[in-house]
Order: sequence, then structure tokens, then C-alpha cells
Amino acid sequence: MGGGTAIWANAGSALIPKGEEVDPVRFIRFLAVVLILILIVAAGLFAIAWRGEIEPVAAVDPSSFNEDLVAQGAQLAAVGNCIACHTVPGQPAFAGGLAIPTPFGTIYSTNITPDPESGIGNWSEEAFQRAMREGVDRQGRYLYPAFPYDHFTLVTDEDNRALYAFLMTREPVRSTPPQNDLPFPFNMRMILAGWNLLFLDKGPFQPDTAQSEEWNRGAYLAEGLGHCGACHTPRNRFGAVDSDRHFAGGEAEGWQAYAINATSPAPIPWDADSLAFYLRNGWHEWHGVSRGPMAEVTGNLGLLPDRDIAAIATYVASVMGEPDQTRRERAEQLKAEISQGQTAVQAAPATDTQAGDAQHPGAAIYASACAGCHNGSKPLPFGGLRFSLSTAVNAPNPQNIVNVVLFGLPPSDGEASAVMPAFANVLDDQQMADLLAYMRERYSEAPAWEDVADLVARTRSGQYKVAVRPADGIERGPENVGASGGAEDAED
Amino acid sequence: MAISLNVNGETHEIDVDPATPLLYVLRNDLELNAAKFGCGLGQCGACTVVVDGEAVLSCVTPVSLMEGREITTVEGLGTIEEPGPLQAAFMEMQAAQCGYCIPGMMMSAHVLLRKNAEPSDREIRDALMTNLCRCGTHMRILAAIRRAGELMQQASAPTERRAG
Repeated sequence: MGGGTAIWANAGSALIPKGEEVDPVRFIRFLAVVLILILIVAAGLFAIAWRGEIEPVAAVDPSSFNEDLVAQGAQLAAVGNCIACHTVPGQPAFAGGLAIPTPFGTIYSTNITPDPESGIGNWSEEAFQRAMREGVDRQGRYLYPAFPYDHFTLVTDEDNRALYAFLMTREPVRSTPPQNDLPFPFNMRMILAGWNLLFLDKGPFQPDTAQSEEWNRGAYLAEGLGHCGACHTPRNRFGAVDSDRHFAGGEAEGWQAYAINATSPAPIPWDADSLAFYLRNGWHEWHGVSRGPMAEVTGNLGLLPDRDIAAIATYVASVMGEPDQTRRERAEQLKAEISQGQTAVQAAPATDTQAGDAQHPGAAIYASACAGCHNGSKPLPFGGLRFSLSTAVNAPNPQNIVNVVLFGLPPSDGEASAVMPAFANVLDDQQMADLLAYMRERYSEAPAWEDVADLVARTRSGQYKVAVRPADGIERGPENVGASGGAEDAED
Repeated sequence: MAISLNVNGETHEIDVDPATPLLYVLRNDLELNAAKFGCGLGQCGACTVVVDGEAVLSCVTPVSLMEGREITTVEGLGTIEEPGPLQAAFMEMQAAQCGYCIPGMMMSAHVLLRKNAEPSDREIRDALMTNLCRCGTHMRILAAIRRAGELMQQASAPTERRAG
């Protein structure tokens, strides 16, 4: 408030030339006009920003929903990956309370079970439709874009109806999430009216008639409910996705979300077939396994019919575009090396060091800690990925390979999943930096990473927070959560 | 390369290829055969030993990094004449079937009990997440670890009671 007063005081002195007599009546009139103008502008803004309450409804009878609609809603909720943010690992599904760190402060996800007091049990379908389309809750309060309504706005009324039916037939859970921890002015929800004016492009989705039906289905799922761009597109300083850099790579829960456009760092370029296989199974022989927040995504997408997976793959592959001649030739070379390498290694297993490697401090570490799986004879998914194929080793930022080496890949309970031991207790920061430098030099043509030891130290200490969860149902998470920091926050 | 290894309080001077995993040196050079070779891929936990107070998988641990670090194996937990509390508890509860996984289980449990002598079953399961047992003696292993916690508390109890 003090700052505001000072500004007005300065404005006043600028408007009244020094040394002139001020007529008090004229000055008061002048002030009154200014005040009225301010009020008019404020009222105008308020009128634009104001969203009314939608009347609460009495308890909705779960049996009133059509079974097919609920089943359709379950698939759509899987596309939206709703459960990942709206569930604290180990706690009841959809009951909210997960801490979502943002550059502006911490936001806690809401309870979207049909509990009337702490959840959305008294929301009408109209209120749910409005939340998805406009990012406003039943009471008329603006929701923060941590809830990706800038993507969900594209969802059709019919699909929102199915999602509503699915959520309203879940088990109601009485649980109120903690208060958001946001400093002024971000704690003022009204400022989101301005954010929405700038960054919310209201839906629903409009198909591109020049494209196939499958492409449009994929675009609808990927850009809308799937909200791929929420992680895979970089954000500007207002926290909005930067649409000029669509799918150019972003960040999620301490993990790098790789570029999935023409700048994808995958050594063998993705195509629609490999994408579909990966989204369906959570791994691909030329690309490795999904992990970090993407493991939840591929875990959820397993619920989708093949045609929807194929549609998403077709759309994303078209955004990536056809690789150029150089990348295609390199890919063929890599594929040939892999098939030769597997035969050669079968004959002489374990230590896959080359002449001259002995000088590199990372070479011996690699040979005893990594080569057993990653240069062994077993193909994926039973063996590890050859690092010449690894997007992590070829990516511009080493964060993901740091996360995996430090914390490993925790196994899922009772189902097949990727697994890797954690090396945090074996390697110190410099040893890990040596190892990663060796892998980069040996398995990538990209320039060396810089300041890796420092990055390892910050990731290990939790100063840089990384959420580490198994690939399976997030409800069973906490015993498998390995990282300090983010994951612990999530349990609190 | 020549390297000096501190295992169970004793220093060993050895000469090995730096690319050798710690497990091979423990078993082949030092003839400490408690830690087992299971999968060789860091997935089954049979090779678990303790390094500087934390459980590590010795089959994927480079021996070249172990200079100056404190390594503990089951041999360091007690002797046949005087078994340590974990060893005594595993015998008392008959927690071994084939026994191949047990040294790894004991080392993971050792790390847990040093931090928390009264772990819940949930905490025990979490700490032993990466230790696999194919015989199905899990319930006895859980019981043995709870019992070891009791034995450790009894061992330290008299002084504490007097102090209290």
C-alpha cells in the first residue's frame, strides 16, 4: 500500500506546477474526476473479470449416470492424467492435496471426488463444464493454470459430460487440501482474469479440415485433455505456454520434458509407429523407457483403445515432421551398430571399454556400474538401452540422466515395470560428473555438458527438487518414492 | 590398479582392474563369500553390502571408487561363536529357506535398524524393496528383522533405563 500512495503523491506533484497557487476547490474537483474515472475503469474490469457462483446441487445419485458414459469418462480421465496431480501418492485417488511447485509459489491440487463439502459433490454439470472451459470453480473463483484449463478448454461438451459422470461416480473422500502458498500478488485470483485475456484461447477444439480425421482426433486429444504441451512446450515468464515454441521442450517436476517437434534430440527419429508403441507400452527398443512424470502418462494411456493411441501418435509425428537426410542416415547407421553390437557383446560380455578409455576417469565406473545392463546381450525391455540411442545422453540438458543415475527407477508393485538401481550412495558428485562426461563423449556427437558436478550436488541435496515415483498406479507410490525434496513434499 | 580396501574394519591391499565390481573383489580376492552373485544387474539385492552406512549393490559398484570408504558385509555383523543381533534373530526365527538372498536382506535390514530400531512393517518392506526372495520366506524375514530390533534395544536398554 505504501508504494501505491507514493506513486499517487508523485503524480499529483507532477500535475501541479511548482510555485502556482492551487485553488482548493478546483483541486478537489480534479481529484473527484480522477477518482470517478478510476472507479469506472475498475468497474469495467470487474465486469469483465466477474464470474458468478453456480448454484450448488443436492447430492447427485451415482446410479443416475449411464454406465457407458462413465466408462467413456474413465478413458478420458486417463488421457487427462487427472489422477497424477489430484492424488497424493499413497492416499485415496482424486482427493487432491498434492503440492505443485511453480515459479510463483506452491499450489495444492483440489479434491475432485464427489464429497459435497471438500470435493465437487455439489457441482452441477454446468459448473464442471465451466471449470474445464474457462478455469473458474463453481463458486466463481478463478483457478490457477497449474490446472491446465488453457488446454482443457478444447474439450467438447460431450467429453466433459463423460468426465463429470466418471468423477461423480468415484468414492467420495472428505479431505481439504492445504492452502496455496503464494505471495502477493499471485494470491489474488482476480489477476488471472488478465492472464486469461492474454493467454486463454477458449475452445472447444476446431478441426483442421485440411487434415485427416485421425490427425484431428490426435490433435484434439494431444492439445486438449492430453495437455502434452503443458510439459513439452516451454513457458514464458507469466507461466503461460509459449505457443511460438510449440513442443520445443519444457520441464515437469524436476524432469526435462524433451522437445517433441523438429528439434527432438532422439538419436533415431520418432515416427508414428514407434510413438504409438511407446505410448501404449511405456518403452521402445530404439528409445528406452518412459520415466519420471511420463511414466504416469504412459501408464494411464494403457487404458485407451488402439485407435486413440494411433491418432495421438499420428498427430505428434506430424508435428515432429520428416527427419532430414542426415538424421535418417545416422539412424540407419545406429540401427546397424546396435544389431552388430548385440552379437559382438554376446561373445565378449561385461567390459565394453575401448582403447584409450583407460585414461578417462569415467570409463572404469561405466564398465563396472553400467555396461552389465546397457551393453549386455538382452534387448529392451529386459536389458538396458544402448546409450547411443538414449535421448537423455543426447539431450541438451543432462538433468534426466542425473536424476536416473542418482535415484534409479523404482520398481512398480506387482507388475512389470522398468527398474534400475540408484547410485546416489556409490558415486560422489565428481565421480558422477566423470561418468556422465564419459557417456556423453562416447555415446553422443553433441558437445560436452557444463557444470554437471554442481547440477548433481543440487539435485542430490534436494535444492533442485525431483519427484521420483514408480510407473504404476500412483496410489501405491510412497514406499517407492526415492528422492528427497519434491517427493517428500508430496507426502506431507 | 593398487587399492586399499577397508572391509569390516580390516584394511586389505589389493591389485585389480579398476573396472571390476566390488562384489568380485569381496568374493574372489578377499574370500568373503556372504554377499552373493544373483543377477549381476543390480536388480535382485543378493549382493547388497553396506558402504559408509548405506546399502549398496556390490555387483554394480566400481571397486575403484571404494578407496577410503567403510565397507561392511555379513561377516562384519558377528561370528559363529558370537552372532550379532541380526544373525541371532534370523537363526531364532528360521528366516532362511535356501538362504541365498539372506545376506543381502540382512545388510539392508542392518542399515534400517541402525537408523530406526523399531521400524513398522511398512518401513521394513520399503527398506527391503530391492531384495528379492524366491522361496517365499518373507513373513519370517519380517519377523526376524522385528526380533533383531528388539535384541538391539535389549542390548542397549540397561544403561538407558538407569539413565531414565
